[in-house]
Amino acid sequence: MIRWLAGLIGFGLAATSALAAEPVAIGVGYLGVAAARSTLSLVEQPAENDGVAGARLAIEDNNTTGKFTGQRFTLEERRIKEGEDAVQAATALAEKNGFIIADLPADALLKVSDALRERGTLLFNVGAIDERLRETDCRANVIHTAPTRAMLADALGQYLVWKKWSRWLLVVGSHDEDKLFADALRRTATRFGAKIVQERTFEDKGGARRTDSGVTLIQRQMPVFTQQAPAYDVLVVADESEVFGAYLPYRTWDPRPVAGSAGLVPRSWDASQDQWGAIQMQNRFIKLNSRRMTALDMQAWTAVRMIGEATSRTNSGDVKKVADFVKGPDFSVAAFKGTRLTLRDWNLQLRQPILLVDGRMVVSVSPQEGFLHQVSELDTLGYDRPESKCKLK
Amino acid sequence: MSSSWHRDDAAPPPPPAVKQAREQFQRIEEQAPLHTQILRLSLFAALALAVAPAHAFIAYVSNEKSNTVSVIDTDSWTVTKTIKVGQRPRGIEFTRDGKFVMVAVGDDDTIQLIDAKTQSVVDSLPSGPDPELFAQDAAGKILYVANENDNTVTVIDLEKRARLGDIQVGVEPEGMTISPDGKTLINTSETTNMAHFIDTSSRQIVANVLVDARPRFAEFKHDSSELWVSSEIGGTVSIIDPGKHEVIGKVTFEIPGLRKEAIQPVGIGMTKDDKTAFIALGPANRIAVVDVATRKVTKYLLVGQRVWHMAFTPDEKYLLTTNGVSNDVSVIDVAAQKVIKTIQVGELPWGITIAP
Repeated sequence: MIRWLAGLIGFGLAATSALAAEPVAIGVGYLGVAAARSTLSLVEQPAENDGVAGARLAIEDNNTTGKFTGQRFTLEERRIKEGEDAVQAATALAEKNGFIIADLPADALLKVSDALRERGTLLFNVGAIDERLRETDCRANVIHTAPTRAMLADALGQYLVWKKWSRWLLVVGSHDEDKLFADALRRTATRFGAKIVQERTFEDKGGARRTDSGVTLIQRQMPVFTQQAPAYDVLVVADESEVFGAYLPYRTWDPRPVAGSAGLVPRSWDASQDQWGAIQMQNRFIKLNSRRMTALDMQAWTAVRMIGEATSRTNSGDVKKVADFVKGPDFSVAAFKGTRLTLRDWNLQLRQPILLVDGRMVVSVSPQEGFLHQVSELDTLGYDRPESKCKLK
Repeated sequence: MSSSWHRDDAAPPPPPAVKQAREQFQRIEEQAPLHTQILRLSLFAALALAVAPAHAFIAYVSNEKSNTVSVIDTDSWTVTKTIKVGQRPRGIEFTRDGKFVMVAVGDDDTIQLIDAKTQSVVDSLPSGPDPELFAQDAAGKILYVANENDNTVTVIDLEKRARLGDIQVGVEPEGMTISPDGKTLINTSETTNMAHFIDTSSRQIVANVLVDARPRFAEFKHDSSELWVSSEIGGTVSIIDPGKHEVIGKVTFEIPGLRKEAIQPVGIGMTKDDKTAFIALGPANRIAVVDVATRKVTKYLLVGQRVWHMAFTPDEKYLLTTNGVSNDVSVIDVAAQKVIKTIQVGELPWGITIAP
């Protein structure tokens, strides 16, 4: 602490005198996949620059600060097409950039992190919500700003339990990631005392997401699919693959609310979030990118801001110094969520409040009141230290 | 109460619970050792006597959500008028001559002037976009405004009501104050996490001092020897040597039973003798009383929910705080260091100023 303070004091002077000197260049790479996923709702179809747009804003924010600290941030973007090698692309990016923001599937991310370990590149996982990247497959050179499925499920579960909607009808899609989210929701139900009264699976039989007379058909299908359920308070749906979830609200046999992948959705960020000074952030984002800010944009913004925060606190662009500081006990970052965000030192996952949104409004923010924790209430979301299987290396 | 927007029928309404907690806390306070109680009682009695021919002051409170300004009479401790203003009123301050109240209405991109005599909006100032907080020079001629949306501080001639220029600062400028000698303007930027020292004659930044996350408010000691800057997310108050531009100390807070994240310092009020500082701790619902010499918290006063800003009465007998979530203003007896009153105002009270 004292050393840190001393550094800070020294820095006050350095910052003043550094104005005239050549700025320190800090390269940030952005690695994503080129294919955009398809959503059921047309308005939720992600933009081509989903994610990287947030990184760009953070680069601007960092550079405004950099004017005073003598640091200059740059962003180099790389999109890999299907069949292209992520490791090759990442290695090329790492030539000039000590930090890489990665929006990659879990397996690709693991290959990249192992390939770049010797080089010392620091990776930020902004896209993959898989638990295993923070548990059995955790890596010491990967920091996660994306929340995990368990964090999202717990955030939703806390609210449903607080609302006393504790009897859940769980409907699960047939894809692997749907099943993983369902696993997380089951764990949540057990932790917070909700009861899953029945589970149903919605088979993906293929078919187009857009058709000219789709609504008529859906209106007949969904009530039938949800009829004859035992008494329940809320339908909880796990459909990350966007096959059927968004069809459920207002179409269930019994008049019940829908939550999970549709209806009330847990997310790290939403375009409607305007508390805790977020309106400034939303305005800056719209001004720069001419569209609204998504959760992925926010996860990328936070990652780049974490780099900027650490470079200004350490007065250094050195990757090792920055990595040590980010992983150290004095690090925190402000991200318009009403509280400081810190890293779980056992698996490098960013602690964060999760918003519960309905597509138009922020309905609530978890952790909910009354869910207590001896270290941080944010650790009531997701796997906690004692349960963790992560051994960082 | 018109604030039904955040209520939920199925949920236990939080305000009574908090009220209960507050009362409980006060009861515990009351159970202090007898001698302390007697001391406090006698202090209170002495004060009550001294105050007897009370001098009434007028306080103006900006209500961020209601788009109104509540006028409070400090004699009767009641709201005597509610003035309709522009959208999202936040920063609020009297002009030095006491004739006008300036209120930044961020969503209307201007600062409105309320005539203190007629208590109505009479004019507006050409601030930059989204003005939030501002500071005026000692003569009351120049106004410096923090514009959160475009990383600038706007300089305004108050007499001509004209814009003189802009100063580029860090991301999301917020806190604004001027050194007692008028030579240095301080601006804090919330995402850059710095206190910028600006020379008021050249309008150039002369130094930048890094503080903890999300600096919200800056206040000089009256003798100019120290600048105090609150960091809302960092949870600290940095004490800066304004000559050397160095952080020379920090005030930290610890409240048993309260998680660290809930302690979010914002507003700072310092007594004229520079002996005692009062610091608003946001969602911790408390005002910390700090001994300026030792930089240690001597007491926490429980006020309303999400306390942000404050103002002393000119005689410094009372300190009024704005409590955003409970929609009220707490009145603190400064000498007794005790909350003596709560006044309901509009929704999300933000800033407060009291007639000089």
